[in-house]
Amino acid sequence: MSAPHSSQPKRPVSERTRRHQFGAPAHCYQFAAQWAKWFGGGALLLFLVGAYGGLAVAPADYQMGHSYRILYVHAPAAWMSMFAYAVMAAGAAGGLIWHLKLGDALARACAPVGAAFTVGALVSGALWGKPTWGAYWVWDARLTSELVLLFLFFGYSALANAIEERRTASSAAAILALAGLVNLPIIHYSVEWWNTLHQPASVGKFGKPDIAIQMLIPLLIMFAAFKLYFFAAVLNRMRCELLISERRTKWVRALLHG
Amino acid sequence: MNSPTGAFFALVRRDVRLAYRRRGEILHPLMFFVVAVSLFVLATDPDPLFLRKIAAASLWVAALFATLLTLDSMFRQDFADDFLAQLLLSPHPAAVLVLAKVFAHWLVSGAPLLIAAPLFAAMLNLPWHACPELLLSLLLGTPAMSLLGALGSALTLAARHSGALLALLVLPLYIPILIFGSGAVRAAISGLDAGGEMAWLGAILLLALALTPAGIVAALRVSLH
Repeated sequence: MSAPHSSQPKRPVSERTRRHQFGAPAHCYQFAAQWAKWFGGGALLLFLVGAYGGLAVAPADYQMGHSYRILYVHAPAAWMSMFAYAVMAAGAAGGLIWHLKLGDALARACAPVGAAFTVGALVSGALWGKPTWGAYWVWDARLTSELVLLFLFFGYSALANAIEERRTASSAAAILALAGLVNLPIIHYSVEWWNTLHQPASVGKFGKPDIAIQMLIPLLIMFAAFKLYFFAAVLNRMRCELLISERRTKWVRALLHG
Repeated sequence: MNSPTGAFFALVRRDVRLAYRRRGEILHPLMFFVVAVSLFVLATDPDPLFLRKIAAASLWVAALFATLLTLDSMFRQDFADDFLAQLLLSPHPAAVLVLAKVFAHWLVSGAPLLIAAPLFAAMLNLPWHACPELLLSLLLGTPAMSLLGALGSALTLAARHSGALLALLVLPLYIPILIFGSGAVRAAISGLDAGGEMAWLGAILLLALALTPAGIVAALRVSLH
């Protein structure tokens, strides 16, 4: 445990201390609460608009009929599962290399949220697979690497909770997260060359998307909704993580005991 | 002994000698390998043509589990008697010393599997012409598994009980090795060129050799903290 942070700086506020205060857990705790509210509200609003657009406005697919509409949940969830891993690894690196408490808190907060998105992508994919492929589960490249991603999230959480001393646990889990990050592309390509059935992504970073514009707009809105929800959930979890890791400091005690 | 190379070989000699003093334990993973392969056969259709189909998978999965079983003991004893702390304090590069420990571990636990594998390949009706590929894939794959496993082992040192946790951490990282390893053997069984899979296994081994020592050292320092 390091020295307690107080929210009131005693030295004159230079540029450096101001920046330090910005990254201080006490400040971040307040800051996260405000932003989580805005992100959560935005996510709800965009989700309602996107769901209406995807379920009511967008036309049915000429091949898959209405079943394709699960795309509006499936694709954003799958994308966010990978984004969550990237954010988790970035937080873990920050905690491990620069001993940022916020980095550890961020990584710990990302793991369950990312695992939830991964489960969402797998379950929605299974429900979509039944009418389209005739089976809930096939051992296809995308499905398998998504499943491995879930194992990596589980591994991170298991290790972060298995070691009693919290700083040690965070550092050990951070090394695991980074090892998983290196391994992730290898897993992805190994299973891709091994077996594949899943359709390629319809919306790429470059070039024209091969999906009708009426279908694309709700999808993009859903992407934004999921992303905002991710940030809201992570910020809320981060606040809990900060309360736990800073439980011996003055500001947490003041907060808890009034 | 004052050069890093000298320290490397001294440490390998020490670890192999320690393992030799407990010869019985060297045989455990090997016996596990034997039992696990037989279990595959007993659990499925013993038809020779069907066995040939699952031969690559069962040999590789058994080798993977046999490796996994030995991981926990890689640093545990040295951690308990503080030898590990002394090792990291030594003036030699810690990554070299860690590599020596992993190499000694592989000599004791991975290499015996290579000797046993052809025997079980015959029992599983694996054609003889696929045997070189089986051995080469294990030769490239088991050291990579030892390296990644050492990372898992170092990470779980500070945890109170590490058995299932270690498996949970390490198995996802083993998946590419398993896919390319058994893929190489399957390709060889059906008479195809296994060069691509071998190249991948080699690449994974080199990547593991380059990256994991730093990770293992970091993990050991975290656990010793």
